[in-house]
Amino acid sequence: MHELSIAMSIVDMAQEEAERHGGVQVQAVYLKLGRLAGVVKEALLSSYEMACEATPLEGSRLLIEEIPVEVFCPKCEAPRLMDSIQSFCCPECGTPTANILRGKELEVVALEIKE
Amino acid sequence: MSSGPRLVEVRKNVLKQNDIVARALRERFHDAGVLAVSLVSSPGSGKTAFLEKTLTLLYTRYRVAALVGDLATDNDAARLARSRALVRQIITGTVCHLEAAMVQNALEGWNLNDLDFLFIENVGNLVCPSSYDLGEDLRFVLLSVTEGEDKPLKYPTIFNSADVAMITKSDIAAAVEFDEAAARRNIQAVRPGMEVFKVSAKTGEGMAEYLEFLQTRRQHFRAAAAVPK
Repeated sequence: MHELSIAMSIVDMAQEEAERHGGVQVQAVYLKLGRLAGVVKEALLSSYEMACEATPLEGSRLLIEEIPVEVFCPKCEAPRLMDSIQSFCCPECGTPTANILRGKELEVVALEIKE
Repeated sequence: MSSGPRLVEVRKNVLKQNDIVARALRERFHDAGVLAVSLVSSPGSGKTAFLEKTLTLLYTRYRVAALVGDLATDNDAARLARSRALVRQIITGTVCHLEAAMVQNALEGWNLNDLDFLFIENVGNLVCPSSYDLGEDLRFVLLSVTEGEDKPLKYPTIFNSADVAMITKSDIAAAVEFDEAAARRNIQAVRPGMEVFKVSAKTGEGMAEYLEFLQTRRQHFRAAAAVPK
């Protein structure tokens, strides 16, 4: 369970950014979370609440956009969205592929702030 | 000035700090020509036995070192030290995985130029270590024959993050009715093209083949490292 330490990094990062903008109040953090990031959304959400406690971010929301895994199929020569991370092959033609285009994101995209 | 909420763009990787340290480590390993290999697996899959055997076999020809991560105790370091390789324990406390900064700290005082191979044994855990780059050149994921052939399907993220799969404890495969074909199929499903070795640290089965791979890898690594950037 490493979601708490990740949540704490998110809170630190948001706080730093808020300070850079002149100590604004953060109302929400927008996060991109890839299915291959190795982080569980539900665990991260509850950890986030804990991590915010007694910080200027207390009461803020974490809004998670889940990013599916997209691979490049060498046979179709096209990007393809995968339905399952248990079988890395093209959903159209079945060709195995390890060429991952996205799905590993763990990125703070934006903050909703109030001045 | 408006008092309504507004959006400001950030676009920063949450693990940026870890990635920066990992990148610096990778560069140091590259410059020193030391091949860094990390080991991940569930607890009890035989990481330490596998590593002990590896260190013992490599010690006669190479300068080898190992960092070994555990929540508590330095039992593993004591065990690995029997191989006479340079060994250091990383005690993570409550942290369930290694991070690049822990590796960096643990290397303090070691001259990487004096090494050919560095092994980094992660904490036994198939979930958390997958997110953290340690600057390693190769990540091994170990799967023991007692664990069930479907482990790759249950933990696709970590198998996908690894470069090589090592089926361990092959000496008892028959006794536990291990279905090797199914295991290999499942490994390929979550990481197409992955290199797979089957070894027994106890009998030595498969170790020669795997060590040959490691030495070839090191030669390529050093050849690449010799090319000016």
